[in-house]
Parts: sequence; structure tokens; C-alpha cells
Amino acid sequence: MTVYIIQRVMRMIPLLFLLSLVAFLIIQLPPGDYLTEHINALRASGRDVDEAEVERLMKQYALDRPMHVQYLTWLQNILLKGSFGQSFQWGRPVKEVIGDKMALTFLLAILTTVFVWTVSVPIGIYVSVRQYTFTDYLFTMIGFVGLAVPGFLLAMVVMYFSFAWFGLKVGGLFSPEFELQPWSIAKFQNMLTRIWVPVLILGIGGTAHIIRIMRATMLDELRKQYVTVARSKGLSEFAVLMNYPVRIAINPLISSLGFLLPWIISGGTVVEIVLNLPTAAVVLYRSLLSQDMFLAGSIILLVGTLALVGSLLADIALAAVDPRIRFGSVEEM
Amino acid sequence: MALDENGAGPQDILLEIRDLKTHFALDEGTVRAVDGVDLDVRRRQVVGVVGESGCGKSMTAMSIMRLIPPPGQIVEGEIRFHRQFDDRTDAKDIVDLAQFESNDRQLRDIRGNQISMVFQEPMTALSPVRTVGKQITEAILLHQDVNKAEARDIAIETLARVKMPNPEQRFDDYPFQLSGGMRQRAVIAMALACRPQLLIADEPTTALDVTTEAQILDLMRELQAEYDMSILYITHNLGVVAEMAEDVVVMYMGKVVERTDVDSIFYNPKHPYTKGLLNSIPRLEDVLQDKREKLNAIEGMVPSPYQRLQGCSFHPRCPDFMPGVCDEAEPQLIQLDEGHAVRCHLYT
Repeated sequence: MTVYIIQRVMRMIPLLFLLSLVAFLIIQLPPGDYLTEHINALRASGRDVDEAEVERLMKQYALDRPMHVQYLTWLQNILLKGSFGQSFQWGRPVKEVIGDKMALTFLLAILTTVFVWTVSVPIGIYVSVRQYTFTDYLFTMIGFVGLAVPGFLLAMVVMYFSFAWFGLKVGGLFSPEFELQPWSIAKFQNMLTRIWVPVLILGIGGTAHIIRIMRATMLDELRKQYVTVARSKGLSEFAVLMNYPVRIAINPLISSLGFLLPWIISGGTVVEIVLNLPTAAVVLYRSLLSQDMFLAGSIILLVGTLALVGSLLADIALAAVDPRIRFGSVEEM
Repeated sequence: MALDENGAGPQDILLEIRDLKTHFALDEGTVRAVDGVDLDVRRRQVVGVVGESGCGKSMTAMSIMRLIPPPGQIVEGEIRFHRQFDDRTDAKDIVDLAQFESNDRQLRDIRGNQISMVFQEPMTALSPVRTVGKQITEAILLHQDVNKAEARDIAIETLARVKMPNPEQRFDDYPFQLSGGMRQRAVIAMALACRPQLLIADEPTTALDVTTEAQILDLMRELQAEYDMSILYITHNLGVVAEMAEDVVVMYMGKVVERTDVDSIFYNPKHPYTKGLLNSIPRLEDVLQDKREKLNAIEGMVPSPYQRLQGCSFHPRCPDFMPGVCDEAEPQLIQLDEGHAVRCHLYT
């Protein structure tokens, strides 16, 4: 097990470097950068540009140097000084801009996953043992509707009805009076009363998806002989299901846990914009529009890193529950 | 082996199957997997059930265990199990296993406890993600009043009894760390852990190589005597039947066509199907004396399971087919002499 974890961590290091390179290239690809845009805009409006300030920024980020020097400078700043650079658009360090937004995104991802799993895993198990019955067809239908309806549409519908029927404004994560306040217990409680709306909306598609996966893998496992053998011992049907097919059918889901965060970021952006949520996805979207390169690059780098760490943890969890991976011998079966 | 050929009274009966019918209602039609089987197993007796694939021998076993996969269902018949109590006194209690719902508590108390089963494929009979020990102790904890440590001791002792090398280490191994033969030993240990009165073995050696097969057969015979249990041994291999069984039941298309002791099956077979089966075994001396070049097979194919033949279900393939008789009326099981019954019009 220890050997496996060490191997797995070692394999992550080159991936991290590759990721940083890709993140850097993405922000370099479009012509121009925020700084030159900014200077041009100022010049065009006939205002004075502080040459000394421009000079300092150019130097700090090596913007006048060749690409690879820029990359190394960028990486050096992150690794040695923990500085992700300046967000030109917000006029603040990147760290300040995205700090609590990343935390919120993470929280949202975790809550959504908890919601998706607690709903879809039991339903998936249930419909697999009731294959081709009315319940199976019903959940299959609901599942397909859940998959087919775009999240942002659902978000707008929920917003409309909650406003029209209950007079509630469900957009955003906080009530207006807490919006600009610093973090406090009251603000956190306020957030919890509102966060279920995005969790529900973001979770619907995933729920439908995981019900399908769970049902399919369960149906595969239920056919296997060890299930009959378990029944032949006299175990109750519930004990048979939980200790045998479910133990194996859950594995593909565990290994998919690592891709949670990228999924919330890339799949949920439109929903989060509609619901006016202060998440990293929305910030990323805006920073890409305005070519706020350090901000965009940092978010891509952070999300990518978290995805890698996530899949590392998922792999370790999988090895913990599946001895075949632990002993490095996945055979037929 | 404890034989009691002549002293066998009705009090020695362990399992009586009467007119068992297990049918599968499929879209294409009804498959009569088991179609009126009568079968008796006495205490401490090994009964062999032989027949081709699809003759209903496995489904008879699954019916006793009440583990028939859906949409299969017992539509008729009785499976009377004369249950002895755990103190092994003479007090008995007769339960009809066919009466229960397949998930009934009372049934689950018997399953894996007084009747247990060893399956065909040792490779897939164990869950790959749980240790061998866990999968054995599970049944012990369920049926016996012991704690975990005691269950562990029982499991290790049973593993030692089935001659598993290093039982204490194997206890914590995962199935994929064991060889095929070791896995089948583990599966047998699992079935024996609660000292069943009846062990159903459904082709337990088919997936193993010949050497391992011989070892497992020896082992099962030893254990039968040691545990004082009856075995219902299901196989398509007549050689294995000769080695294991005292009584033999030959099945064809869901029906028992011949039932007798093991010597009569080999030296005095009555049913044309039984004769055909015996005739299809290649004999070494024939080959050596160049008497025979080809294997003798039974003519024709097993009819489609959806088809319901009029008369005897073997008549299209039967060398002794009597037109107007065999394709008209269904033969009844005829008692020829003590302990020899055959379902064939030749003997009416």
C-alpha cells in the first residue's frame, strides 16, 4: 500500500509541471496581454501613463523577455514567494481575488457530491434489483429528463417560481445584508440557508448520470456467481447486496470522485452565472474575457492541481477498498 | 463410507422431492427446466445426478436451495426436507422447502446451515474484494451462536479439514491470491463450516485440472464420512459418478429417466438414453485394439427447450423408438425391482 502511494505521488510530479506549462500557454495564446491593453486604453483616452509603474510591472513579470523566461519567472514567483501575480482587472493580488471563491467552489463541489451520492447510489441499487419494473422505468425516465434539461434552464425556472410563489430571491449565496461583510458565523449560517438551491440544480444532472452508472455496474455484478454463493449461505438479501455486488459496483464511482472539481468548474459555469454565485468558475470566465492573464492562469493551475490531487486521493481510496489494486493484480473476474 | 443399503428405513430419509416442476416463463415460451422430478436422498448417502447440459440437473439443485434465477419459479411439487436438530437427536421436523418465499427467514436458516452448496466455478464463487476468511466466517456468524474469534477458529479448523495448506495465513488472503484448487477447497470449507446435513455439489470439479479434480473428489468422500452428511452430486461426468455415488439419477429434459444404484447403472442400464450415455464413453481397450475409430455419440440433438414433445421426450433420438407408442403417450416411471426405476415404454 505504501509503495503504491509513493509510486502514485511520484507519477504526479511530472504531470504538475505539464499542467503549469499548459496553463501558461493558454494564457499566452491570445495576442496581447492585459498590461498592454491597459496602457493602450489609457493612452487612447489621452491620460498620462506612469512610465515608472509600467516599467516596474514589465520587469516583475518579465513581460519584455522571451516566453520561456516569462514562464520560469511566473513559476518561480508561485513556488518561492507563493505569489500568483496581480489581477490587472481587479487591481489586487490574484490570491486575494480568488481565495474565498476557491473555498466556496470547493464547498459547493463537496456538498453537490454528497447530495448526488446520497440520492443516486441507493436509487441505482434499488432499480438494479428491480430491473424492468415500473419503478425502474420511472427512475430511468426521470433520469433522462434530468440529463436532458440544461442546468441553467432549471436554475431560471427555480428562480422564477421561488420569486413568484414565495417572494424569495434565491440568486447569490448570501442575503444582501451579508453580501459585503467579512466572514462570520452568521454569514456562514446565512449561506447554508441558500446554498441548497445551487447544490440541487448542479446535482440533478450528476444524479441522473450516477443512477445510470450504478444501475449498469450493479446489473453486471448481480449476474456473477459469487452473489448466488452469498445467497446460498443464508444471508438476507440486503446483506447479500451490500457486502457483495455493491462493494464492487461502487468502485468506478470512487475513482470518478477526483474529477469532481473540474466538473463543477466546467459544467456549472452557466448555472453559476445565472444564479449569480461568487465561484471560481465565474471569475475564470470573466478573466478569460478580459485577458486578465495571471488571474486566469492561476485559476486553471489551481483547479488542475486540485483535480490531480483529487484523483490521487480517489486512487488511494480505491486501493483501500479494492485489494486487487493494492496487490497490483487486476485479473479477469 | 457409511452404507446402509438394506437397513434403510423411511426414518433414514433426508430429502424427498416429489413431482417438482420449475418453469421459466420467457417471452419465447415456457422452458420446463425441471418437469416432474422425483428424487430421494437418504442420510449419509451420495446420490449422483447425471445428464447432458440443459437437462435440468442444476436447476433441480437450485430449486432445493430456492435460488432459481428469475423468471424461474417452482410451479408444482414438494421438496420435503427431514431436518435433524442441531443436537443430532432423532427428533426430526419435516419442512417443505417449496412452500417458502425464496427470501423467507425460515428458509435462510436452513440455507447455508443444514443444506449448503458447492458451485461449479471456484474462480467466480468468491468475491474478489473480501478475504477468504471473511467469506467463510460470515455463514458461521449467521447460523451459530459464536463470537468473531470463535468463528475465526471454526473457519481455520474447517480450512485445515479441507486440507488447505497454511490455513491461518490463507484465512487473511484474498481469493485471487489462491490457485484454482485452493479456491475450491475454500469454497468447500465455506459450505461445510456449519456442518450441513445435505451438501449439494454442482459440478464442483469441472473447472479444475484432472489432478486437482482427483484430490477434490477424494477430499469430498473423506468429508462425507467424517461429517456424516449426504451429498447430492451433480455432474455430466459418468466417471465421477462411478467414483462418488451410491445411487444414480439420470435426467433428460427435466425428467428423471432412470434411477438406481451405481452398479446397475454401469452393468445393467435399462433406459436407451442411459445406454447411449455409457456407450459414448471412449474405452481405452477399444482404442488399443483398433476396434473403434470414432466416438459413439447419441444420435440427434437435444430438442429446443421451448418445444414440448408428445410422448417420451427422448423418442426423436431413441434407437429403440416404437412408432405409435413412444410418440403418443408419456411413459411413467416404472419400478423394475427394488431400487431400480425407469421411465420407458420398453418395460411396460
